Amino acid sequence: MTGSNYATERETTEGRVFTVTGGDWDDVVSGVDPINEGRIVVNMGPQHPSTHGVLRLILELEGETVREARSVVGYLHTGIEKNLEYRNWVQGSTFVTRMDYLSPIFNETAYSLAVEKLLGITDDITERATTIRVLMMELNRISSHLVWLATTGMELGAISIMLYGFREREYILEIFELITGLRMNHAYVRPGGVAQDVPDEAIVKIREFLKVMPKRLKEYEDLLSGQPIWLERTQNVAVLDVTGCLALGVTGPVLRSAGLAWDLRKTMPYCGYETYEFDVPTHPDGDVWGRYLVRLAEIRESLKLVEQALDRLKPGPVMVADKKIAWPAQLAIGVDGMGNSLEHVAKIMGQSMESLIHHFKLVTEGFRVPPGQVYVAIESPRGELGVHAVSDGGTRPYRVHYREPSFVNLQALPAMAEGGLIADVIAGGASLDPVMGGCDR
Amino acid sequence: MTDDKPTTGGVPVPVTPAGATSGAPAEFPPAAPAGRGMFGNQGTGDVSGFGGLVRRHHIVEDAPRPYGGYFDEVRDALEEAYPAFGEAIEKVVVDRGELTLHIRPERIAEVCQVMRDDPALRFELCSSVSGVDYLGADARRLHVVYHLTSMTYRRQVRLEAAVTAEEPHLPTVTSVYPTADWQEREVYDMFGVIFDGHPALTRILMPDDWEGHPQRKDYPLGGVPVEYKGAEIPPPDKRRSYQ
Repeated sequence: MTGSNYATERETTEGRVFTVTGGDWDDVVSGVDPINEGRIVVNMGPQHPSTHGVLRLILELEGETVREARSVVGYLHTGIEKNLEYRNWVQGSTFVTRMDYLSPIFNETAYSLAVEKLLGITDDITERATTIRVLMMELNRISSHLVWLATTGMELGAISIMLYGFREREYILEIFELITGLRMNHAYVRPGGVAQDVPDEAIVKIREFLKVMPKRLKEYEDLLSGQPIWLERTQNVAVLDVTGCLALGVTGPVLRSAGLAWDLRKTMPYCGYETYEFDVPTHPDGDVWGRYLVRLAEIRESLKLVEQALDRLKPGPVMVADKKIAWPAQLAIGVDGMGNSLEHVAKIMGQSMESLIHHFKLVTEGFRVPPGQVYVAIESPRGELGVHAVSDGGTRPYRVHYREPSFVNLQALPAMAEGGLIADVIAGGASLDPVMGGCDR
Repeated sequence: MTDDKPTTGGVPVPVTPAGATSGAPAEFPPAAPAGRGMFGNQGTGDVSGFGGLVRRHHIVEDAPRPYGGYFDEVRDALEEAYPAFGEAIEKVVVDRGELTLHIRPERIAEVCQVMRDDPALRFELCSSVSGVDYLGADARRLHVVYHLTSMTYRRQVRLEAAVTAEEPHLPTVTSVYPTADWQEREVYDMFGVIFDGHPALTRILMPDDWEGHPQRKDYPLGGVPVEYKGAEIPPPDKRRSYQ
């Protein structure tokens, strides 16, 4: 035992092993001979407040310098892809929304676009449904970037920004609750359209948000952009250039912070993004500072997109006209969240036997999807979110694979961390914005 | 790295329940008679009379030229740049506006190299590597699917390589696309496909000592029955369901 109650040490065949849960570093290593035992292997995580969820890092340190870094993932693997194969195509929405819990709307939209492509109904999706999807995705992008700003600020010692970031995200979650009935795990975007129309009070609230948010962004910049500690912790830290990004498959804000304006909304448009006006912010340096600037600028672009989407919102249906695909129930928000509208229940239970049969068939059996495979990629807050969906012609997905940007981007951590200081591992890892729910699925 | 679990035709031998010691579900369903009947689950009382229906497997066929769009250019550029094209490409499929090149598994790394480096192709980014198990539909049941993106030309193409469950080997593409590292590990973990030459082919999502490969179609979902209002509801893979 060393002096502290928090640390224990024992001898193993691998060398001396310390178990550290707190206390002073100098006390812990006081017994280590700095000349013969210059390298220490530190096991950071999987339960560590600054690793963004259950991510485990194995760091080989020489003093404070990281010589080797390896990341271990899989602690949050829940078998969502396997589970999808035992549910029908519509039920899939409720599973994929739980993957990357900070950007559920993107998971749902990518899945829905893939199913629609398999069905061959991509062009039948109503304009209003597509506009609502864009609206929801951009709001979700803002909320996801706000969580990034909040948690990264906290990890680098800027606690106030954490409170501000979560405060504004809460506002967006309230908008989501108004529209979908839930703060997360919405299952709102579904194959064929969206679950229900946007209520008027939500539009009012979004307009309010658009007024408030630019001022709040200014506040964040006042807090951080000129702050010497923030600059020290982010500038020239965890640099990854375009070549490195492409080799490691890194996309999204990290790639754009290295100078390449690759954004699927512009380069391979979907959901009508080519008709919106917005810019793709980039930064030349490829460091944590650049990623911070790019993400802040993206929030501004998303605000522009939300405003344009609101202006375009014309009354109309939000589900495809094909009754063999469109979910029969008209959903409504009740006191306990989203559910079947009472009107619909009255109709199928009391008035129309055919409606009841139709409802029953589509809900229990689902629709069949012609055999084949598709790959659909959209720009999530973290980069390319791809869905590889395979159908064998049945009512259930044969295989759905998510190309998760969190999973792919995390591979870049050793390239960013090795040779740097241990404190910069935190900054570099946070700047990738990994969400372990998405990474491990 | 060997897959030393005893297998017969890709179906694990039932007398050695996989995962009996490590927490994996201990029983395997019978070798799936894929495509028979209307209901996905065997063993529940099917009194519908639909049990004798036979569902034909979807056959993937060569697409006729011209394919349309940039697909012809991609194919011709690859044919020109890659001398072994005729031998390496098994099939060219165009479906739903997407181009799929079926590649002989041993050639996949070479093809990727050409796809990345040839100036007329330039598929700089390997977007995704995933696996699909076509149990019962294809003798080489394990398919590895690569999605490549050309940022220069803004194109996407899918490469597909099929291997058998008994001999699930193909070369790694990590030397061409380092990003395939973790994605190949995931395909190994989930399907048991072995990528020869991979720098560290270990499990990535499942625990290191896990037995079996969960995304294979003959690997059960697992789960326990739950009681709901007095009735026992079987786990999802044991429920009667439509195919």
